[in-house]
Amino acid sequence: MSLVFAGVCSHAPGITGRAHMADPAIRDEFYRNYDRMRNALEAAEPDALIIVAAEHFANFFMNNMPAYSIGMGDDYEGPIEDPEWLKIKRTRVPGNADLSRRIVKSVMQEVDVGYAQEWKFDHGIMVPLNFLTPRYDLPVIPVNINCQGPPLTPLHRAWAFGSALRRACDAVPERVALIGTGGISHWPATPDSGKINEKWDREFLDRFVHNRKDELLSYTDEETYRDAGQGGFEIRTFLSVAAATEGNTGEVWFYAPIPIFAVGCTVAVMNVNGRH
Amino acid sequence: MSLYYVQKLIYQLNRDPRTRERFERDREDVLRDYALDEEELAALRKPDIGLLYVMGVNGQLLMHYAAMCGYEWKQYIEAMREGIRQYGPVRAGLYAMTDGKGAV
Repeated sequence: MSLVFAGVCSHAPGITGRAHMADPAIRDEFYRNYDRMRNALEAAEPDALIIVAAEHFANFFMNNMPAYSIGMGDDYEGPIEDPEWLKIKRTRVPGNADLSRRIVKSVMQEVDVGYAQEWKFDHGIMVPLNFLTPRYDLPVIPVNINCQGPPLTPLHRAWAFGSALRRACDAVPERVALIGTGGISHWPATPDSGKINEKWDREFLDRFVHNRKDELLSYTDEETYRDAGQGGFEIRTFLSVAAATEGNTGEVWFYAPIPIFAVGCTVAVMNVNGRH
Repeated sequence: MSLYYVQKLIYQLNRDPRTRERFERDREDVLRDYALDEEELAALRKPDIGLLYVMGVNGQLLMHYAAMCGYEWKQYIEAMREGIRQYGPVRAGLYAMTDGKGAV
């Protein structure tokens, strides 16, 4: 069939784990936009959800770090973190190994990727799923872009990867949804936790929803580290979604800095051939 | 310095319940599996979250080690700030402090 839905959202562990410490008004508005995204995702009637995440040493470590990896399991488990800490119950999440295999084979025509038949989901995937597929009844294909352990993949390769994902989705008969998750500017797990560069975030989101490729690819890692923190390296997940929807624009449904969540909280969707 | 192995140990503790159980039962037996220097061993044993932060342990690993050691969120943030005060700037990695003010 083709790609039937695309969007991006935040995944910070505080979104669920420290929910009780946030201002309820802004938190609940943020949650309502996850709900809106869930409704839009369900309306697109996907057979599977590809979730492009930036994991945090749950499955991949510096002894063998892939730039890109795609899950190829029949099911997965998460969260890997203490469920009490993340406030998300540990559960099995269905996969689709056969569809994964076809996606991996197609992506490999353009970009070399690792594959993983085992994958423990961390907050980078579980927080979005907690809101978007709370019944865990939609098969998920996890994707990781290394944004933690340098050297990191260049932005233009993240773009190529997103383009390859799009071609792969368009080549399978299933209806596929795509969600990228990551922070924009943030300095999580440092004494600067809660620091957010709202101006930088809004400029980035403007480039993202208008899908201005050249501007999205113009960030250097040095600039991103300076202006958006080490968490800003996760823009690679957003770029892959922009690439997968190249030629289309989108809409930011929610953006607000929520310091106790340690990130500028975001929900945005991209048109996929004229539809959300 | 063997920052890589400090991080690898914490990675294993975070992802493998059996390693965590072993660590809780016989910490020294687990520590012997990793090439760690005296400063690293002392920081892990105490635990000195601030020193581990200053050494350059990636925050996505240290956050969970701190939680495993019983640190509440605000205690963990404060432990990193105390580490900077006591031992100086972060020595390696991406998780350096900027102005340290944050918002939490």
